Amino acid sequence: MHWLTQPWPWYVAGPLIGLMVPMMLFIGNRSFGISNNLRHLCAITQPQTVDIDFFRYNWREHTWSLVFVIGTGLGGYLAGVLFANPLPVELSPAALAMLSSWGFTHPGLDLVPDELFHTSVRNFTYLFACGVLVGFGTRYAGGCTSGHAITGLSTLQLPSLYAVIGIFSGGLISSWFLVPWMLL
Amino acid sequence: MTRYVPYLLIGLLFGFTLIKSEAASWYRIQEMFHFQSFHMYGILFSAIATGMVSIQIIKLLGNRKTLGHAMDGQAIDIPEKAPGKKSYLIGGLVFGFGWGLIGLCPGPMFALAGTGSLGALIVLAGALHGTWLYGALKQHLPH
Repeated sequence: MHWLTQPWPWYVAGPLIGLMVPMMLFIGNRSFGISNNLRHLCAITQPQTVDIDFFRYNWREHTWSLVFVIGTGLGGYLAGVLFANPLPVELSPAALAMLSSWGFTHPGLDLVPDELFHTSVRNFTYLFACGVLVGFGTRYAGGCTSGHAITGLSTLQLPSLYAVIGIFSGGLISSWFLVPWMLL
Repeated sequence: MTRYVPYLLIGLLFGFTLIKSEAASWYRIQEMFHFQSFHMYGILFSAIATGMVSIQIIKLLGNRKTLGHAMDGQAIDIPEKAPGKKSYLIGGLVFGFGWGLIGLCPGPMFALAGTGSLGALIVLAGALHGTWLYGALKQHLPH
């Protein structure tokens, strides 16, 4: 049962993620994508007094999608808690050196750095603000890594290529020009 | 209810894979954007290749009874994204900017929240507010 606790190489994980596309089509003609659930959750919680058209639709028709992300959370629990990898993330030497030089004390010890995720007003403000960017951007672009990079590119759709170019450019800007200085 | 079971199981496999492949790791995302390892590119490229090959197979089998059809017997159709350019580029840019900072895109957000990470739940709360903000401002944004 070694493979349950050990990290999986890219050539196992990648094809499994890619298979989400045909599996979702096969079980119900669904398009694989995660960020739409954020919209459904807004539609569920929109108060009577607020009336934004974008969230006025029958979200119950998308229950399958919400069930999918509940599964994703459960999968996260199984992989990250029940069958947790006891060893640190095996980052490349170059990444380890870079992260140390930025002031991260234990690069790879956990999946995410304690410096950014431990409970503090500063951290939670930062996490929330970054979440806002991700939520706003994915909805503006009509999809995220799963819907555009994986589903969109594997079905050869031009809009998804534009989205992926945007996503990658944005990531390069923040990870090269902001992240190196954020602990200083 | 039983018709939702396949979605739960496939979602579970997805979340399990995101954690096991460390795609839900902030460190892996920094490593990727700094071109210091093939790992994340390997995941993305092989996922896209697998999706592409299986779509071609589905299309080839399109006229056959099994595999070319969904479980309920309907012909599989692949939904097209709405044509456009601006919204995809600008939205992608904003999302990518946030992804570079926080190292979590929506899938990994749900997977990491499942591990009991309070921080991931805060990111998720932010993402819901960001989505709401888009809905509220939609008419005023270039598309």
